[in-house]
Amino acid sequence: MAKPTAKSTKTTAILKNGRWPAFGAGLVALLVGMPIISLIVMAAGGDLQSLIALSSTVLPKAAWTTLLLLIGLAIIAGSIGAISAWLTCFFEFPGRKIFTWALMLPLAVPTYISAYTFTEFFTFTGPVQSLVRQIGGFGSAREYWFPEIRSLGGAVLVLSLVLYPYVYLSVRALFVVQGRRGIEAGVMLGANQLRILTSILLPLARPALALGIILVMMEAINDIGAMEYLGVQTLTFSIFSIWVNQGDAAGSAQLALVLLFLMLTLIGFERWIRRKQRFNDTRQSSQLLFERIKLSGWKAFGATILCLVPVGLGFGVPFIILGNYASRYLTSGFSQRMIEALTTSIILAAIAALITVVLAVFLSYAVRIRGTKFTGFMVRFASVGYALPGTIIALGIFLPIANFDNFVDAYMRQWFGISTGLLITGSGATLIYAYVVRFMAVAEGSIDAGFKKISPNLDDAAKCFGYSRWQTLRIILLPLLKPAIITAALLVFIDSLKELSATLMLRPFGIETTAIYIHDLASRGRIEQAGIASLLLVLVGIIPVIILSRSMASDKD
Amino acid sequence: MKSTIRWAIAAVLIGISTITASPTFANNNQVNIYSYRQPELIAPVLNAFTEETGIETRVLNLRDGMVERLKAEGINSPADVILTVDIGRLMDIKDGGVTQPVSSTKINANIPEHYRDPDGNWFGLTLRARVVLASKERVEQDSITYAELADPKWNERICIRSGQHPYNIALIASIIANEGEERAKEWLIGLKNNLARSPVGNDRAQVQGIFSGECDLAIGYTYYMGLMRTNKNNPEQKDWEASVKVLFPDQNGRGTHVNVSGMAMAKNAPNQQNALALMEFLSSPKAQEIYAEQVFEYPISPDAQPSEITKSYGELVADTLPIVEIARWRAAASLLVDQVGFND
Repeated sequence: MAKPTAKSTKTTAILKNGRWPAFGAGLVALLVGMPIISLIVMAAGGDLQSLIALSSTVLPKAAWTTLLLLIGLAIIAGSIGAISAWLTCFFEFPGRKIFTWALMLPLAVPTYISAYTFTEFFTFTGPVQSLVRQIGGFGSAREYWFPEIRSLGGAVLVLSLVLYPYVYLSVRALFVVQGRRGIEAGVMLGANQLRILTSILLPLARPALALGIILVMMEAINDIGAMEYLGVQTLTFSIFSIWVNQGDAAGSAQLALVLLFLMLTLIGFERWIRRKQRFNDTRQSSQLLFERIKLSGWKAFGATILCLVPVGLGFGVPFIILGNYASRYLTSGFSQRMIEALTTSIILAAIAALITVVLAVFLSYAVRIRGTKFTGFMVRFASVGYALPGTIIALGIFLPIANFDNFVDAYMRQWFGISTGLLITGSGATLIYAYVVRFMAVAEGSIDAGFKKISPNLDDAAKCFGYSRWQTLRIILLPLLKPAIITAALLVFIDSLKELSATLMLRPFGIETTAIYIHDLASRGRIEQAGIASLLLVLVGIIPVIILSRSMASDKD
Repeated sequence: MKSTIRWAIAAVLIGISTITASPTFANNNQVNIYSYRQPELIAPVLNAFTEETGIETRVLNLRDGMVERLKAEGINSPADVILTVDIGRLMDIKDGGVTQPVSSTKINANIPEHYRDPDGNWFGLTLRARVVLASKERVEQDSITYAELADPKWNERICIRSGQHPYNIALIASIIANEGEERAKEWLIGLKNNLARSPVGNDRAQVQGIFSGECDLAIGYTYYMGLMRTNKNNPEQKDWEASVKVLFPDQNGRGTHVNVSGMAMAKNAPNQQNALALMEFLSSPKAQEIYAEQVFEYPISPDAQPSEITKSYGELVADTLPIVEIARWRAAASLLVDQVGFND
């Protein structure tokens, strides 16, 4: 009897001392981090043979390729995102209003579809090269040079064009709140616009830029579909070759953990660089009225082109290719099955978005009110799953839950003679769990940034008025967090909608999402048949993008 | 007190399980399939099965991790029958301990011995021939050997998909099995030196490479040719297909390397009778012809005929080395690909 008493005293102590946030955050982080723990268990169960064999052959090259890919993405996606955010925030030029939301459209395009359509667009038989041949009078591919899209450079381009919105969104959110003051200061000091950008705005936007770029990198590292199609051998590719060809699941878990460690190092390094900077805005953003600078002549033209190119390529190219396929299938493309799949996708994504955001708010708030190193670490731990390929995350999720199911089943059989079967894995619940784990980083990043924009003075003031932590959150902080919450929810929604690899591995009989439907049709290289479904997926993905842009509009003007 | 709690928990769990899924998947009139094959391709043959037996089929299409999933599901797994492609995967499910031996005189009569597991843990259903596809315009010869692919005369003229793809791993494993690891390595280096471009894309993309003039030879399965020829909705692929001819390697020697697609009974199959009925049906010449017609592969049963289109590419003389013997070298082949930097 002594033990439970001690325990409950301890629990009371935790509640009284206000340690519950750290305690709860740890619990949530543990749940979200469970797949990683189960990967560690898996990795420990094997020997290091595969890893050692690989380290003398493909690993150095794969690591190098991965590094180049990440650097390339950081530069290209980072530039596109930052420049377009800068232009649409501070300048007035033809089409600015449209670009404000249109720049987010590529978010709706899954990377595997982007890779496929880009290859089609730039391939020998595609429209671009056909035109080149017509103009140049060439016949064979050997008679002229054309850049190969299925290469590292091509991968950087393809991924940058669909992933830059992460950077655009986070940098823009920061510019909207804090940028104008920066510009005012710059103008008073007599600096020109470029000077203001490089010496005031970019340093100011660094946390947002880093957040966006890290999301882009994680998304790129976890990708296998697009990379395989483009023939780029990243470390992820090796994870799969160990698993599929050498039958060594433990070896692939080991490599996955190495990858995770690299990603953590990267995040840690970025945080270490700006460890001494604080970013709280003590003033209300609505006080900072600022007229956008009107651009004219070639400057206006240039700004329009700079915004048009990423949208045109990132969204336009997939849209044209898919639309072309869809038009060939208009008669046979719509089916009951497709509509059901779409409904399932939307429901699953919506539930996942809701849960992820609630947990992310909780985690970030826990860090805010009890910013111990431990809490901070747990939160990082919770969100790092994003860097892992979906299939690997799925493996880490499926094993423990199926074990739990079988444990419950055995218990029930033993005591009641009733079988509960696969309680959780037999339902769609594992899918939602997987989405929450995968996309926690996306939500947490956005909400954490949202919290950081709110001065801690507000919390202190609330405390003076006798508000509890919970009341402070509900009455004061949540309304201020609204834009961040909407952004987070919609990003998770879009990402869940597009998710393929974990869904493939985890779904039970009878549950089919749109991504699965497309995969089924495309897995033998017949993505054309999935044209309509792909288009629908992209179109459904646009709806949240538009909501997002509306919330951003009401947020700023 | 304790038992009340226990009953309460039980009630809740049973409640959940009735909402989420039927607790057991045993159903007299149903068979559950875990498949690595595209649902669309197996639908016609499954429909024929339902028509004949009245047993309904449910298909779950998976990509990776079937073994891990089946293992974790354990005794509660709903899977009855496993359908998959590639000998490596068939071996994996057996080695993973997620299959059970099936002994059926019917199946054994239909499937030749060297295309099934000696213990009955898996059975081949169709054959896929890994052939050389050559430009009609730029390649004169009408026969070829695998060894020849390493000949410098093909310098910068060959296209192939990733060396780590299971299809190529099986091919390389067959070279190791036939000629030993040393010679296989030399061959692979020779082939690598003859590549017109780094390995990218799928088998179809290699044919497109010939069509576009980037390469003169490609390595691929014949069934892609049939799929391209009959591709109504992407007619340009018909032109790709028309630009190449099929050369079956080593027709005068050991024969062309073939891989299999196959089936197995899941270890914890809840509907064993139905699973057996489906497997026997799939092995029958009639079902094999329906299947082969869909996928443009070669039926394994000697009594079944390939489709007319498949036949039009020529007669297949297949390598007779037992397929299990080839599959043993898979991991070695995968390491070899990395060693020679084939994909670089």
